[in-house]
Amino acid sequence: MPSRTALLPPHHYLNDGYGITSWLLTRDHKRIALLYLAGVTFFFFVGGAFAVLIRLELATPAGDLVNDETYNKLFTMHGVMMVFFFLIPAIPSVLGNFLIPIMIGAKDLAFPKLNLASWYIYVIGSLFTLYAIVSGGLDTGWTFYTPFSTIASTSNVIPAALGIFITGFSSILTGLNFIVTIHRMRAPGLTWFRLPLFIWSHYATSLIMVLGTPVIAITIIMVAADRLFHFGIFDPAVGGDPVLFQHLFWFYSHPAVYIMILPAMGVISELVAAFCRKQVFGYTFVAFASLGIAVLGFLVWGHHMFVAGQSVYAALVFSILSFLVAIPSAVKVFNWTATMYKGSIAWETPMLYAIGFIGLFTIGGLTGLFLAAVGLDVHVTDTYFIVAHFHYIMVGGTIMAYLGGLHYWWPKISGRLYNERMAKVSAVIIFIGFNLTFFPQFLLGYLGMPRRYHAYPPEFQVLNVLSSAGASILGVGYLIPMVYLMWSLRYGKLAGSNPWGAVGLEWNTTSPPPTANFAETPIVTWAAYEYPTTVEGHVA
Amino acid sequence: MSNHVIVPVRTYYLIFLTLMVCTAITVAVAFVDLGRLNAVVAMTIAVLKATLVVLFFMHVKYSTRLTWAVVIGSVFWLGILIVMTAGDYLTRRWSTYG
Amino acid sequence: MPEIPAVAHERGHHHHHHPAALAHHFEDLGQQSEAATLGMWVFLVTEVLFFGGLFTAYSIYRAWYPDAFAVASHELDITLGATNTAVLITSSLTMALAVHAAQLGERGKVLIFLALTMVLGAAFLGIKSVEYYEKFVEHHVPGPNFQFDEKYFKNAQIFFSLYFVMTGLHALHMIIGLGIMTWMFIWSWNGTITREYSNPIEVSGLYWHFVDIVWIFLFPLLYLIGRHVHV
Repeated sequence: MPSRTALLPPHHYLNDGYGITSWLLTRDHKRIALLYLAGVTFFFFVGGAFAVLIRLELATPAGDLVNDETYNKLFTMHGVMMVFFFLIPAIPSVLGNFLIPIMIGAKDLAFPKLNLASWYIYVIGSLFTLYAIVSGGLDTGWTFYTPFSTIASTSNVIPAALGIFITGFSSILTGLNFIVTIHRMRAPGLTWFRLPLFIWSHYATSLIMVLGTPVIAITIIMVAADRLFHFGIFDPAVGGDPVLFQHLFWFYSHPAVYIMILPAMGVISELVAAFCRKQVFGYTFVAFASLGIAVLGFLVWGHHMFVAGQSVYAALVFSILSFLVAIPSAVKVFNWTATMYKGSIAWETPMLYAIGFIGLFTIGGLTGLFLAAVGLDVHVTDTYFIVAHFHYIMVGGTIMAYLGGLHYWWPKISGRLYNERMAKVSAVIIFIGFNLTFFPQFLLGYLGMPRRYHAYPPEFQVLNVLSSAGASILGVGYLIPMVYLMWSLRYGKLAGSNPWGAVGLEWNTTSPPPTANFAETPIVTWAAYEYPTTVEGHVA
Repeated sequence: MSNHVIVPVRTYYLIFLTLMVCTAITVAVAFVDLGRLNAVVAMTIAVLKATLVVLFFMHVKYSTRLTWAVVIGSVFWLGILIVMTAGDYLTRRWSTYG
Repeated sequence: MPEIPAVAHERGHHHHHHPAALAHHFEDLGQQSEAATLGMWVFLVTEVLFFGGLFTAYSIYRAWYPDAFAVASHELDITLGATNTAVLITSSLTMALAVHAAQLGERGKVLIFLALTMVLGAAFLGIKSVEYYEKFVEHHVPGPNFQFDEKYFKNAQIFFSLYFVMTGLHALHMIIGLGIMTWMFIWSWNGTITREYSNPIEVSGLYWHFVDIVWIFLFPLLYLIGRHVHV
């Protein structure tokens, strides 16, 4: 609980060196996490700006705000910014970087210089992509399918592709760093099954990063070769197959969605345990479910290609496997719910985000099952149903978890508490705004409104207006935390080392932590969420 | 794995010789008409050569189970990519793009 | 709040005598070496998948266009290709011998074997450049200047596209490898590499052997298709 007499520790990572070079040349994983925080926040708002323009255009049936070429660029760049520069790095590179060494009792990641390099690579990649945006934009969709991207598009494909290629290495190196760190740098006594589930999730995520990202990297090279040198790898004119591009693209891009959700699930496990003051129900199942999602996630990519021209038999195999991959996710949802049962629940802001996640992710995930069924997918593919499905998971899921985690660990990161009432209000605004934005899109898609169109039949307008209204509420909801979180850095109450009364190595050190994370290396002899039983003695 | 195992030099020379012989064989066999088996033989020899390099030059034979898991895992994952993609192409009933 | 057991003293970390090579976030050189080795192996996993995408594309198109691939493959110089294979295998031998020497602390031999490895690597790149030049002169580079037998004109371009991307990427990895070897040569020269700290040589060796393995597959796939047929 926040201590009335909490003091800032005299030496911590934030006052260990001042000046721009102490940040730009840091090897401290905690500072690097904050460098990433600056980056991902910036790109979130860039991507958000495109979303604003999209929803403005879609408020009226006519394509009157922008022309169709410009609209193509808007949704492309919204997708590229959000997927590659926000959703994929956000939780791992901000929260993961900050917390993983602390949660395992280490002084830093295995390769601190590589960690800093990863950030620079991320920034350099983003500069290429930003250049592509300001110098005319990209209009291929974030999926840059061939042969449009290799032959017909006149937009800035090469700089954008180069930017994504470079940023991919940031992802790969982060995953590599996490894997080696978790294997080799755990504190004495910290066996695998004593690890927090946050670590298990990030380990599984890192496996995906390392196994999947190289494939999109090589695919981008092939696209660049086709476009720059007129090679013919995907060109039907010389016998190339555009569907081959899709196989290679989705081999990464489907597991990429698990890169986006697994860290979020790791956050939720931590939040649910802390705010129900209870061991996560079925810890081992949740840990293995993370690995299961990572593995199964590589076997389902063809469900993005049911109408692309792959064989029906391949489609059936991918369909069955897509049903299977829902199982480990469901296991997690059941276990979080069971954790809440007879837990001592505290409805602080992080818990509001956690329960929002559980509800919205469930809806998004269930609609994924609809899409796994080939017959239904053929009807709703490339409609707003798909758009709603993935936004429920990525925004209702990942972003809620990210905000929940940011709020939960903000006291640890900054040493300060934020204004709880404003935080709760923002969480509610976000939840309402989110549902108002995206639920109508399920209906729109089912009724037949295609995605990536800026003009639509007038009968769809009511739902579109609801969606755009929701988007404005959602936008406000996202801006408010920026204000009170920044305000708290200077004026927030001091947090003390464990304001939530939670169990975890990160709460055993000061807020903010010292540069070396701990005064002395901990020796771990306890299980992951050893909360004491309640007075009534109900807790398992 | 830290340098706990020092492989004798003689082993290295033996493996080197084997690799060179395998290369000679694979070139020679390429000129013999085995039909579809040509590709199979060539790939088998290549896999054998790669295995020797991995086991002996890269010390995997003397490495931890984790290293084995990493090596086998990477090959398996590439297998997923190739096999499941090929699964589409092999079951299409229409011809190529020409 | 649960009783947190008192944290114990760190094991074995004394500020006054640790090896110069030990980074501060590691407990000892053993942990550091294990981490570096595992790190390189994980990196090689990414490389397997990276080249793997090309091998996937190759397998599909070779199955689709076997004749065009065979005819195009004949245009590659099998002597130069086989020679390059021998060169790389030899360089793997010299690399392994360099690691061996480093493990025994034999600085002189490390330097000799590293140098030999680099010479062989450079020879590989030299031969490759000759091949590329030949392909350029024969108008076998896909694109607007491509010239080929009319019957296979279209699909041969796919073969050569894959040829250039696969061998080009491989050559790029060789160049990076030469850079790494130069760095290792410097470290061996200036005494950073010792019997206790030979791990960097071993880790560099892993990378070099991997690049060799990629070529072990590239050679038969690109150079040896349908050689039994005289076209």
